[in-house]
Amino acid sequence: VKKSRRCVGDKNTKSVFCLPPQTFDKILIANRGEIACRVIKTCQKMGIKSVAVHSDVDASAVHVKMADEAVCVGPAPTSKSYLNMDAIMDAIRSTGAQAVHPGYGFLSENKEFAKRLAAEGVTFIGPDTHAIMAMGDKIESKLIAKAAKVNTIPGFDGVVETADDAVKIAQQIGYPVMIKASAGGGGKGMRIAWNDEETREGFRFSSQEAASSFGDDRLLIEKYIDNPRHIEIQVLADKHGNALWLNERECSIQRRNQKVVEEAPSTFLDSVTRRAMGEQAVQLAKAVQYSSAGTVEFLVDSKKNFYFLEMNTRLQVEHPITECITGLDLVEQMIRVAKGYKLLHKQEDIPINGWAIESRVYAEDPYKSFGLPSIGRLSQYQEPLNLSNVRVDSGIQEGSDISIYYDPMISKLVTYGATRAEALSKMEDALDNYVIRGVTHNIPLLREIITHPRFISGDISTNFLPEVYPDGFKGHQLEVGNRRELLASAAALYITAQLRSQKVLGNLRVSSTPVECTHWELCAELGEGLYSMEVEVDGGKVEVSGQWNLASTLLPLTINGTDRMLQFKVRVLSKLAAELNSYMPEKVAEDTSSILRSPMPGSVVAVSVKPGDTVAEGQEICVIEAMKMQNSLTAAKQAKVKKVHCKPGETVGEGDLLVELE
Amino acid sequence: PAHPALARPPLAIGSNLCVSFPPERIDMKRKAALVGGGQKRIDAQHKRGKLTARERVELLLDPESFVESDMFVEHRCSDFGMEQDRNKFPGDSVVTGRGRINGRLVYVFSQDFTVFGGSLSGAHAQKICKIMDQAMTVGAPVIGLNDSGGARIQEGVESLAGYADIFLRNVLASGVVPQISLIMGPCAGGAVYSPALTDFTFMVKDTSYLFITGPDVVKSVTNEDVTQEELGGAKTHTTVSGVAHHAFENDVDALLNMREFFNFLPLSNQDPSPIRACHDPSDRLVTSLDTIVPFETTKAYDMLDIIHAIVDERDFFEIMPSYAKNIVVGFARMNGRTVGIVGNQPKVASGCLDINSSVKGARFVRFCDAFNIPIITFVDVPGFLPGTAQEYGGIIRHGAKLLYAFAEATVPKITIITRKAYGGAYDVMSSKHLRGDVNYAWPSAEVAVMGAKGAVQIIFRGKENQAEAEAEYVEKFANPFPAAVRGFVDDIIEPATTRKKICRDLEVLASKKQVNPWKKHANIPL
Repeated sequence: VKKSRRCVGDKNTKSVFCLPPQTFDKILIANRGEIACRVIKTCQKMGIKSVAVHSDVDASAVHVKMADEAVCVGPAPTSKSYLNMDAIMDAIRSTGAQAVHPGYGFLSENKEFAKRLAAEGVTFIGPDTHAIMAMGDKIESKLIAKAAKVNTIPGFDGVVETADDAVKIAQQIGYPVMIKASAGGGGKGMRIAWNDEETREGFRFSSQEAASSFGDDRLLIEKYIDNPRHIEIQVLADKHGNALWLNERECSIQRRNQKVVEEAPSTFLDSVTRRAMGEQAVQLAKAVQYSSAGTVEFLVDSKKNFYFLEMNTRLQVEHPITECITGLDLVEQMIRVAKGYKLLHKQEDIPINGWAIESRVYAEDPYKSFGLPSIGRLSQYQEPLNLSNVRVDSGIQEGSDISIYYDPMISKLVTYGATRAEALSKMEDALDNYVIRGVTHNIPLLREIITHPRFISGDISTNFLPEVYPDGFKGHQLEVGNRRELLASAAALYITAQLRSQKVLGNLRVSSTPVECTHWELCAELGEGLYSMEVEVDGGKVEVSGQWNLASTLLPLTINGTDRMLQFKVRVLSKLAAELNSYMPEKVAEDTSSILRSPMPGSVVAVSVKPGDTVAEGQEICVIEAMKMQNSLTAAKQAKVKKVHCKPGETVGEGDLLVELE
Repeated sequence: PAHPALARPPLAIGSNLCVSFPPERIDMKRKAALVGGGQKRIDAQHKRGKLTARERVELLLDPESFVESDMFVEHRCSDFGMEQDRNKFPGDSVVTGRGRINGRLVYVFSQDFTVFGGSLSGAHAQKICKIMDQAMTVGAPVIGLNDSGGARIQEGVESLAGYADIFLRNVLASGVVPQISLIMGPCAGGAVYSPALTDFTFMVKDTSYLFITGPDVVKSVTNEDVTQEELGGAKTHTTVSGVAHHAFENDVDALLNMREFFNFLPLSNQDPSPIRACHDPSDRLVTSLDTIVPFETTKAYDMLDIIHAIVDERDFFEIMPSYAKNIVVGFARMNGRTVGIVGNQPKVASGCLDINSSVKGARFVRFCDAFNIPIITFVDVPGFLPGTAQEYGGIIRHGAKLLYAFAEATVPKITIITRKAYGGAYDVMSSKHLRGDVNYAWPSAEVAVMGAKGAVQIIFRGKENQAEAEAEYVEKFANPFPAAVRGFVDDIIEPATTRKKICRDLEVLASKKQVNPWKKHANIPL
């Protein structure tokens, strides 16, 4: 191991002005999407050559273009490409990469992969195999944590064999309980049960999901802490027994146990609790001789009691917010540590500078259970990088396809400010300036969350979404003032378009006589409502101006003196057209109670009925899997099954007819 | 408010004999004309989800721009009690006149279903002919709003003569002024041939029908059971028969869309393609196009994605979007100027040419050529569709139509080969050889007689090592160079620059003049 080159500058600017230490010549990134791009960026900064791997459908993906070299490792399904260890090992050999960064997901916590790399003398940029093994198994990790004097949740320290076992154990621990995959993570294979029946159902789903996601269907059960916060500690350790905690990340805003909005630091922790959590996290890291970056997840109850949840032995999706407040480049630190360098920093060097928020921008429909995957081509895509203190980690660009094969995350949008209020207001601007067309996305939900009074006051828990939107997210409810502004903007747009249509350029054989109109009577359809307006060009009540035109994707408008950034869909009609519209017949809507359509694109895992069966209301009809999540579709009424249009293994699109009832 | 027509001064006849005609009578007649068949029938019309003839005209045209003609015309039938006053309606069963759409002149007729079911009398036909004649002399489009039960049976042959008079004018006006038919109710029997002769036929979903004979006659002749909707509804004609070019949700939707559609069209064959102020930068780079063509040559992509990304403001008015979907045609603007777009659609049947797509494309190309609209062609075509169905159906003569149309066209023609241009279909798709003005190839283009596999099987018949030969063929032909070195494409361009290049070329080609040899008329293989 060569000695690290000396740094130029003082302590605080170390990682910024430090000449990169000699580490590796070439690193292969065994991942795709934004995290592959993220790792490549640091490689470029450190002067390391990067190798991308990709499936055939990803051949022109951003991470492939960014990397110095790229190797195709198989067809689209992840099991045949990004999880295909043989092909990735071949890629390592053929490109001569000295180390592998696994990113998150895929092979990042796969002990087998780490072993194979070690066998060929290739460095795995992550912890040693034994730490992955110890922490990768939830049952074992809990035992180790207990031994290391880390607070743990009461529960059953063993594998649950059958549904009956599950019920028995659940009764012993006391409801509610959490059933989760022993090998799991990221909310997959996880179910909460409040009674025996739900325990049985949860056991079945979790073991199926666990089997398909991790190839390991072992489950465990523990006490479910109601209304907790999810707060995690970033740790960083080297191979010389040194470990640091890099403060916390609050990740309580979740849907279906998957994080949506994260921030660092947490509004909830005081310095005493922070230190206690940090120290326990470091104890755990040391107990497994952890090296590299890792995350210790805790559940924190309303009395600031915290319980160890699990340790993720990899770079976490939400690591950028920690980077923002500490000034460290975690990927760079991981590479250094993997090469065997000692940590550069001491615990007292780790600051909390300002506040950082991360929103996960997903291609999904937020109006369906806070987000069901959507797919499509990004026909227009523009990141809000024109704003300061905004970081966007993405692996896609205009024209990219969001396919059913991979995670539907579009990007991680991170904003930073000296205070939380500043970071939040920046986030609001950034979301407003984000242009995504071609797929349904969750920006409306994200914007609603970060502007919600409860979120702003810091009064959140993992139940935030279901509590705030008990009937599901219905979209932003406009107040009268805002609605007026929006309608005025729509009218301004409509009139601009009308006036333009009246102007034909060039010499005209037949003269054109445009309507001289300064007073417009219009009607706008906004959501369910119909609003009539009178517009006076020059001299109206709501003044709309701004630098925009009819080709703009974003509308920077000045409405009554306030600057706004708008993107909207409103149908504007002349008053006459709106009046005549009342004669138009309503299209007869399909009777949806007797048909079952796929709520999202995915594949059919199971069909539980056949024609002629009688189903009860709420009975499961079939199970659709999309992006590794299983969704049970149930009957809306008691009926006889008329026809089944799908069979297991089939790929279905959103809105495809699955089953017809009589 | 009172109709503007009601405010006119009384009529003065002669100089010394000033007879003031009782203005009440004129007013009465005008008022009667305005309510057509009466309030009861108007209500019935509304109940069917349809607007009245006058409401339609009002919505189609700019406010207060309608100038009506022949408001006092009445039918002349004196049989079967038709001569009685209660059977006379001023204006008869059609409203005609001229007006403006966004300031631009247009002639309109709108059949009034509330008067004798909109049936066509001699007088009705005469009114339509009058505005068509004037539209031709002035040089302005004609839009017909069809809602008619058919011939006025009481008038017999006079009604038939009326149809023929209209047909003749449809034919004479063809290629002189754009003619658009919007079917907003029934249109049956001989009446269907007027829309069929016009340039575009649009329909309203659920409330409009087009057929030669209705379900009853069908049942008695062929014993087929078929509903009106199945036989001649909007869905049938936009997806199966190809008779209609687009269908809209309802009357309001249809009429508002007509206004948008009209903006694309020149007023006559004497006018250049219209230019509207353009807010979309003409030199905009479209980076998303660099990745749109998949690496595997057999994989599909959506040609509409390319079209939307290239044209002004993603605004594309597609013609026949649900029929022969393996070819995409429609109107868009490039730097404000109307262009016609033709593109093979790899997403449907690999974008091959067949009978229906050839005819669809040919008719569109000819419209553009007739009305000075430049044609931009995106090529990704693996060839003509093989098979007995196609050969028996006459793919040879139908395919020839598209070839004919492209060859004959003298408007600016710009062609972009995005991927495959195989075989005869390469020649057809606005190739250099058919007087393409500017022909580009993307780096992914492959111009060849056929795909590598087929070619190798012929060239190296019986030889082993087919795979090697195939690789050689791919190396030689599956790229744009063979065409580029011969000058059959003018340049190989980065996809992202396509918009910029097309806009620049159109600017230059605006003054293009090209004349075909004199002929009485050409003889397209019909």
